[in-house]
Amino acid sequence: MLCQECQEREASLHFTKIINGEKTEMHLCDVCAKDKGDYLPGGKSFSIHQLLSGLLDSGQKFSQSQEKKEQRPELTCGTCGMTYRKFAEIGRFGCADCYTHFDQKLDPIFRRIHGGNTRHAGKIPKRKGKDMHLYREIEELKQEMQKQIAEEEFEAAADLRDRIRELENSLKEKGGDAS
Amino acid sequence: MTLKSFIHEAISPWMKNEGPESDIVISSRVRLARNLEHVPYPIAASPDQLAEVVNQAGELIGDGSHDRFGRLSLVPMEELTSNEKRILVEKHLVSPNLTEEKENRAVILSEDESLSVMVNEEDHFRIQCLLSGFQLEQGMACANDMDDWMEEKLDFAFDERRGYLTSCPTNVGTGLRSSVMMHLPALVLTKQLNRILPAINQLGLVVRGIYGEGSEALGNLYQISNQTTLGGEEADIIKDLSSVVSQLIQHERDARDQLLEQSRLKLEDKIYRSYGILSYSRRMETKEAMERLSDVRLGIDLGIIEEVSGGILNELMVITQPGFLQQYAGRSLTPAERDERRASLIRERINLENTEEISDGGADA
Repeated sequence: MLCQECQEREASLHFTKIINGEKTEMHLCDVCAKDKGDYLPGGKSFSIHQLLSGLLDSGQKFSQSQEKKEQRPELTCGTCGMTYRKFAEIGRFGCADCYTHFDQKLDPIFRRIHGGNTRHAGKIPKRKGKDMHLYREIEELKQEMQKQIAEEEFEAAADLRDRIRELENSLKEKGGDAS
Repeated sequence: MTLKSFIHEAISPWMKNEGPESDIVISSRVRLARNLEHVPYPIAASPDQLAEVVNQAGELIGDGSHDRFGRLSLVPMEELTSNEKRILVEKHLVSPNLTEEKENRAVILSEDESLSVMVNEEDHFRIQCLLSGFQLEQGMACANDMDDWMEEKLDFAFDERRGYLTSCPTNVGTGLRSSVMMHLPALVLTKQLNRILPAINQLGLVVRGIYGEGSEALGNLYQISNQTTLGGEEADIIKDLSSVVSQLIQHERDARDQLLEQSRLKLEDKIYRSYGILSYSRRMETKEAMERLSDVRLGIDLGIIEEVSGGILNELMVITQPGFLQQYAGRSLTPAERDERRASLIRERINLENTEEISDGGADA
């Protein structure tokens, strides 16, 4: 039997789908099957992303009635056009801005995947992250200052405050938007 | 081509140096996922955008000379035959995913093949350092250097809160996946591994067979890697994995001693039977080959077999894979033909061992 897509190669993948009694058959060759891989069960090997999508999808399952779907505008990344639904399905972001657009939904997902963590604590890129080193240092100093205040070590706290001001000023001079 | 020179070419130079604890740890791998700012990830990017990423990778390595890594070269996937691609996969230099896509995929390789950067796999860049033996820290340092060097010229997508942004949410943060491949025959034989594995999983580490997710542990080889990438520092991720690996090494050594003490004859019998089968059989499937090679390797490590060098498992593990068998044969082979070739290649290799020293493979170059 020839592949029904290209009509050139021998069909090697035969796939029958029965939904509500309606039967569809597909006969494809390896090449065309690969192109359609995302839509066919067994077309691609089971991947981490399929596993993940189960994880990402929870919470959506309950709101599947048609009217509700239309009322609420779907969460979509304005940069690459990735919808949250698609993201949940394939388990992958489309671009860096997806992180911003889907932000409200991400904390619980990251917590589940990364053992309760939602914030990065590792390497900061040297060139691009120059200011971020300062931000992180200020953040740490502020926490330290609160601790000193709680322990009524006001002198030490004052030293820390001065150091924080110094760092914030150096950020402002560079044109950074330190608050 | 003689088998000797074939092996010389097939085995990445990094594999020839025996690393620390190499009787148990075969290799250490550190991978960093990085993406460019303002360019959609490969899954959502247009062909033009993908071509531009490959282009930038090309500009980055320029004439190829680099202080730390020696010569670097950019290899576009579309210039390779399907068997050449398969060989890169069997050498663990690229993932099967990278070779499945049609165009705008590439890999940057260092001369000794210890460093590779996949371009446009799931992320724009996947930096990988592969070293022999137990060398996670050195691997981390190598990947870090490459990352720093690339970041001098490229703008990576980075968020103060989420860290390095990646296409898959399982890689976000550090983008770091570190793993070691371990040979644990004694823990398997003494049935201790089944008790240890669940504990390892609880520590946020994953144990898998050598060919990745869901694959069976062929030849008593296990890959152990970190699961979480967000929230910890790189050094801590490496340290946690290292400490578990150190403990596994100790357990495996104890189990080996125990076997020698309590059932030496039975063990010797098992090892020599496998040695005999490898030396004389005429057909051999991958699975059996891996099991027998594991036995022989254990025999070598325990000093029971003395006339064969320890590198034989690592070497034969690579060159008895389908891609290499086909390259050696110079044509594509049916599975039955492969089994025949595999058996003859193993016999030939063991024979080489008996006639001369080939461990460095350099004499023929």
